[in-house]
Amino acid sequence: MTRLRQTPHAVPSAAPRALAPSQGRRTPGSPGGRVAAAAVAVVAALTLTACGSDDPLNHPWRPGPAAQEGAAGDGAAPEVEGLTGTVAGAGSSAQEAAMQAWIAGFQSANPDVSVAYDPVGSGGGRTQFVEGGIAYAGSDAPLDEEELAAAQERCAPGAVAELPLYISPIAVMFNLEGVTSLNMSAATIAGIFAREITRWDDPRIAADNPGVALPDLGITPVNRSDESGTTENFTEYLHEAAPDVWTFDPSGNWPLTGGQSAQGTSGVVQTVQDGQGTITYADASRAGTLGTVALGVGEEWVPFSPEAAAAVVDASPRAEGRPEASLVVELDRDTTAPGAYPLVLVSYTLACTAYADAADAELVGAFLSYVASEEGQAAAAQAAGSAPISDALREQVLPVVEAISQEAM
Amino acid sequence: MTTEPTTPAAPAPAVRRASTRDRAGRIFAGLSTGAGALILIVLAAVAGFLLLEAWPALTAGAEELTSISWIPDDGSLLTYVGPLIFGTLVAAVLALLLAVPVAIGIALFISHYAPRRLSSALGYVVDLLAAIPSVVYGLWGGLVLAPLVQPVWQWLSETLGWIPLFEGPAATPARVMMTVGVVLAVMILPIITAVSREVFLQTPRLHEEAALALGATRWEMVRMAVIPFGRSGVISASMLGLGRALGETMAVLMILSPGLTYSLALLLAGRQQTIAANIALQFPEASPLGVSALIATGLALFVITLAVNMLARWVVARRADFSGAN
Amino acid sequence: MTTTTTSGRATGAAPSTRDVLTRPDTRRKLVDRTMRGVVTLAFLVALVPLLSLVWTVLVNGFERLSPYFLAVSMRGVFGGMDAGGIHHAIIGTLLVTGFAALISVPIGLLTAIYLVEYGTGRLARWVTFFVDVMTGIPSIVAGLFAYALFAVFFGPGVRFGVVGAVALSVLMTPVVVRSSEEMLRLVPNELREAAYALGVPKWLTIVKVVLRTSAAGIVTGIMLAVARVIGETAPLLITLGVIDSINYNLFEGRMMTLPVYVFRQYQQGLVPCRPEQLDCIATINFDRAWAAALVLIIIVLVLNLLARLIARWFSPTRGH
Repeated sequence: MTRLRQTPHAVPSAAPRALAPSQGRRTPGSPGGRVAAAAVAVVAALTLTACGSDDPLNHPWRPGPAAQEGAAGDGAAPEVEGLTGTVAGAGSSAQEAAMQAWIAGFQSANPDVSVAYDPVGSGGGRTQFVEGGIAYAGSDAPLDEEELAAAQERCAPGAVAELPLYISPIAVMFNLEGVTSLNMSAATIAGIFAREITRWDDPRIAADNPGVALPDLGITPVNRSDESGTTENFTEYLHEAAPDVWTFDPSGNWPLTGGQSAQGTSGVVQTVQDGQGTITYADASRAGTLGTVALGVGEEWVPFSPEAAAAVVDASPRAEGRPEASLVVELDRDTTAPGAYPLVLVSYTLACTAYADAADAELVGAFLSYVASEEGQAAAAQAAGSAPISDALREQVLPVVEAISQEAM
Repeated sequence: MTTEPTTPAAPAPAVRRASTRDRAGRIFAGLSTGAGALILIVLAAVAGFLLLEAWPALTAGAEELTSISWIPDDGSLLTYVGPLIFGTLVAAVLALLLAVPVAIGIALFISHYAPRRLSSALGYVVDLLAAIPSVVYGLWGGLVLAPLVQPVWQWLSETLGWIPLFEGPAATPARVMMTVGVVLAVMILPIITAVSREVFLQTPRLHEEAALALGATRWEMVRMAVIPFGRSGVISASMLGLGRALGETMAVLMILSPGLTYSLALLLAGRQQTIAANIALQFPEASPLGVSALIATGLALFVITLAVNMLARWVVARRADFSGAN
Repeated sequence: MTTTTTSGRATGAAPSTRDVLTRPDTRRKLVDRTMRGVVTLAFLVALVPLLSLVWTVLVNGFERLSPYFLAVSMRGVFGGMDAGGIHHAIIGTLLVTGFAALISVPIGLLTAIYLVEYGTGRLARWVTFFVDVMTGIPSIVAGLFAYALFAVFFGPGVRFGVVGAVALSVLMTPVVVRSSEEMLRLVPNELREAAYALGVPKWLTIVKVVLRTSAAGIVTGIMLAVARVIGETAPLLITLGVIDSINYNLFEGRMMTLPVYVFRQYQQGLVPCRPEQLDCIATINFDRAWAAALVLIIIVLVLNLLARLIARWFSPTRGH
């Protein structure tokens, strides 16, 4: 047996020698090979050894002043005694930045807790929530009738809660040299995005902006190329506030073809920044150095601000015919309420008022209490530029959220 | 490495163990045959599972489909996938037109013009460039190339704007098909070059020397001996490049302002979109039916690339047949 | 051949035969020169974008590349924070690509063995043909296939490491088959016959003789195949999703990989920093993207280089 094995073994080992006549050639390759091997070893070592860390903010190798206030400084959550476990959520990618801040704040106060949020998109979040795969979800739109019925079933004997915990003003932003702010009515904005107003010095823009030197430049509207809640809210605003000019139905997908577009909020902002005479709509926190539009509301011009965004939510009626814990607002886009900024995205957090698993209930309750709290909303405002919910809204949300923990006990 | 063949194995043990070895041999043969068959099964499974997951969208009524916001109002999957197929072909053909002449040039340079030492080093470099991930090309195209070429496109649209292809005014920023075409061309350049170079190098030495002996200049030698010999190789290399360009996702996704029209305007934004980029764009937020519709478009892409590749292989096979002499 | 009768530079004396033969036609010479110029120009034109690409990645990438960058994940990092790294992406890339190799190498190698040692007739021809065709499957289609396959069993929205590995293995297997097949064919038949003559059964000959002789070439091929799929983005984008934390578990939860990380950072774009924020870098996402791209390219190039060196050191048949 052993002999038999030896025999063929020897044959191939001899073969390459016989076939490789120029053995001297080996040497020049060696140093390069050693360097490459060393490089691989270094990468492998750095990667696989214990110095890999999931805590980048407090890592000893972090360069510069260890500025740690970024993590959870402003929005520290209250510690909940003896809270442990894992809870998972999924949904809207618009909420992702805020969720990250909330999760960071909540986890740093409750180190034994792990909260996950998977930004699969609103639709995916609603589906997974209804199917019971996740304990909470984020959604840019409230549940439709069919989903509501299914969600009620999933939450029985409790009820489904839809909480408007993430209010984000959408800004109309533009890149026009030397101009930082413009006044526009909904009809003007609709005209621009419907490509009826094609030049910046169009009289319809000039009329509302006396004293602003508008250049003789073409307007390049930029829209989202992917399906998004921002587009849906923006087209809904145009549809309701300027129905004569904007004849398209509200939709998450941009209704016109042709023209500049880009993926995601950052994509459109980047595109606007790269061009001249470009204009887009995006999450207001991303405006940066771009010029922004003050919307014509009633008789006045309202620039976006967290307060103005929260004001329109307060001024809007609650949707009727939904369960008690479902705090869905019917945004009044056509509002004339003073100081209200009607172009906002309201993203909901979906949860149940009772969970089969007591630990789930306790965790979701504690987490959402923090999210709705002043600290939580401040943390999101800092991380995502969202508008903190008003005290009036908080007074409606907190009882619902606190009920979650109680009912399951 | 140092052992030399030792005593030959005695035949006796071999005979004694024949039956067990037979079983091992059968198992081994079965395993490898099975692996071969598995390849066919996997390919069939790719088609099968895509079809299975696309089925809900393929059989859904127009009404159901219009509930997906990006499906056109008539609720037909065909009117949706049509412009996508068109855009995919435009991108790939444009890339090919830009890449092939340059690739032939490089391949000739490496095989017949550059000094021998330089040429083998260049060969390695080309191979390495083929390995650069597409996402890096996308990053470079979006952040470096697009701002750089905008003035060029502007000039192109002003001087050649009367040709529908270059209809102006060129979009700012240059998130247009022309930019994508350039990036895709750069991406497929190494592949086409590598294959063409191999074919050019295989030109029989005798043909080349005969041409030179007749007093041909180097270029005449290339034209008379190398290019006729390598023509079908270049064609199949181009087809491989075409296949790569058809399926390229990231570079397109990261650069192009998409739009679903049948427009050939290369310098205007929002006119075309490719199937692959569209899938990556819409997939994350899509509803289950939406995913299914996207998979249906993926199936279309699969069929197209399959056809192109089979054609390429057929060309190669044909060439192998009539140049069998060497 | 047209002879040069009108050549102006005759030096008075009657042209010698030698002169006639060596004096080229100016037009032909011009064409030759021009074409040499064109070919060289094509080469230089192609070099411009490629050099620009490598240069920008190098310059931009080095700025952020540090041990810290390699050692930490992105957990808890948001906005323009001067923090965060690619540790989770490297882990994900290694695990997913490794698992993909684990699937493709046995299948690919056995298929190559079948084609070279056993395959005859129709099945072998079909396998050869479809392996070639499979090389051309667009990567996003491979991703969709893996997603579709797992969605059938795990329901929609399925995203974990193995799904991505399956997608990659669809792309990798044909490359492994192709290169291994080539290497196995290089093994001289005399070796096989010698083994048979010694009474060694076929399967043992394959394992002990053929595979051993071609081992270096096969390893090279596998490394090149790994290098090819390690940079794949699109299939992983739809099968793995994105995540900020380290995940060692291929069977549960999303995973980050380097190419997807590059894309993700590019996608997040510029950060709008407020002037009062000191710990905020506007271009931080692009900086991270370049640095991660540099790491990715280094990994790919090192794999390529190693593969070629292995082939060079151990190659049984040296072509040149």
